[in-house]
Amino acid sequence: MELLTSLLNILFSTIQDVIPIAAIIFGFQLFVIRRPIANLRRVLIGFGYVIVGLAFFLLGLEKALFPLGRLMAEQLTNPDFLRQGLDSAAAVLGWQDYYWVYIFAFAIGASTTIAEPSLIAVAIKANEVSGGAIGIWGLRLAVALGVAIGIALGTYRIVTGVPIHYFIITGYVFVVIQTFFAPKMIVPLAYDSGGVTTSTVTVPLVAALGLGLAETVPGRSPLLDGFGLIAFASLFPMITVMGYAQIAAYKQKRARGCGDKPPAQESS
Amino acid sequence: MQKSLYALMKSMLGSLRDLAPIILVIAFFQLLVLQQPLPDLIGVMTGLVFVVLGLTFFIYGLEMGLFPIGESMAHAFARKGSVSWLITFSFALGFGTTIAEPALIAVAAEAAQVAANGGVIGNNPDARSVYANGLRFTVALSVGLAIVIGVVRILKGWSIQYMIMGGYILVMLMTAMAPQWIIGIAYDSGGVTTSTITVPLVTALGVGLASSIKGRNPMIDGFGLIAFASLTPMIFVMAYGMIV
Repeated sequence: MELLTSLLNILFSTIQDVIPIAAIIFGFQLFVIRRPIANLRRVLIGFGYVIVGLAFFLLGLEKALFPLGRLMAEQLTNPDFLRQGLDSAAAVLGWQDYYWVYIFAFAIGASTTIAEPSLIAVAIKANEVSGGAIGIWGLRLAVALGVAIGIALGTYRIVTGVPIHYFIITGYVFVVIQTFFAPKMIVPLAYDSGGVTTSTVTVPLVAALGLGLAETVPGRSPLLDGFGLIAFASLFPMITVMGYAQIAAYKQKRARGCGDKPPAQESS
Repeated sequence: MQKSLYALMKSMLGSLRDLAPIILVIAFFQLLVLQQPLPDLIGVMTGLVFVVLGLTFFIYGLEMGLFPIGESMAHAFARKGSVSWLITFSFALGFGTTIAEPALIAVAAEAAQVAANGGVIGNNPDARSVYANGLRFTVALSVGLAIVIGVVRILKGWSIQYMIMGGYILVMLMTAMAPQWIIGIAYDSGGVTTSTITVPLVTALGVGLASSIKGRNPMIDGFGLIAFASLTPMIFVMAYGMIV
């Protein structure tokens, strides 16, 4: 019964989110384009599926994964747990004593990104548009690796207290340099993948981890240091996606046995 | 009927595979590292069933509804040849999908609290709500503008690199000047604006536009709208923090 009420609540708020989008689309279709929508019935059913799907997805996350993820973030950052392996209770925790936190950050970053619905959407589209040159799984794994590295490094930053600007600026300089060497066709997609990753699944879990860490590490404030993990999670996928394309292009070159032909990419 | 049921089963298996890594990670840490039993096993299992069903339906509806409508509108606008209507539509789409975004409402309320604690605005519900609404409006405006810039870029065929780089340089400069407490919120607001429904729609719009305009490559010109939509909120929110 309680499940049903929360399902209805979530369904209602999802519909509320979709209404402005639907109003804009159908409003423009009716008054500006003035053309009947092709396969209207199919499109409407599709919208219905999206709404129901999203509501189920959010309900399930709220019931199963988020409480567990938050609890684990709390337990892993708990000083009692961190001190387990240390000899004396008086020993000061060094940054390396948080190794389980980094491993958890890496693993949870990668696994939540794999399940991120908007990333799946973009990967399907990219695969279709590139005529199969960009694999759905290749892109998703590249992005997942980027998020994993980003979040692991972000937790390290919270533990050590190094200012966030250093990492972000270095990261952007790297992105800029890489942009000049990466195959041209991957660049816009790589930039997009930075924004796509931080969506329904990743943000709540990662935010819990960041806040938990900032609360327990001495000298950190949750307000100033709890933020910023998201920024890391959107920076590193750009690097790994471009890297993925660079490796693919390099392999293609080697497979052809001659180094002067660029990979085929201008087919549209 | 049987065929579509088979397709549904198949995509359900796909969703299960997508979720397997999360389940493995959580189980590994819970059982082996933290050495604690799973609390409320039945609740967790029901939740997982819902997640799998939800992901399956979502992907199903995505290819049936969201992708086709986004692309067909892009084609229709390209055929109509009216740039001003296309720009109006882009702005409305960016603004409309952002202003109602629940994640943004939450972040804005949080930001108002931080500002009130810092003594920037009065610590009473009225001042906070004015501030939070102003912030929401700012972010929605910036996303609307971002989609417009992105669409104009596709029409003109400008290359994305320099625009994004210029944007990030601006973010860096403003980080140095903006009040310290707004920076974290500004960086986060770039991430929260791109919701699960907006991303597929905007992607389909960009790819549809690029493929219906002669001389544009959907791969090079079609993507990139999301990149703008996660960049401009950072700039606008920091500006908001500096002005208010």
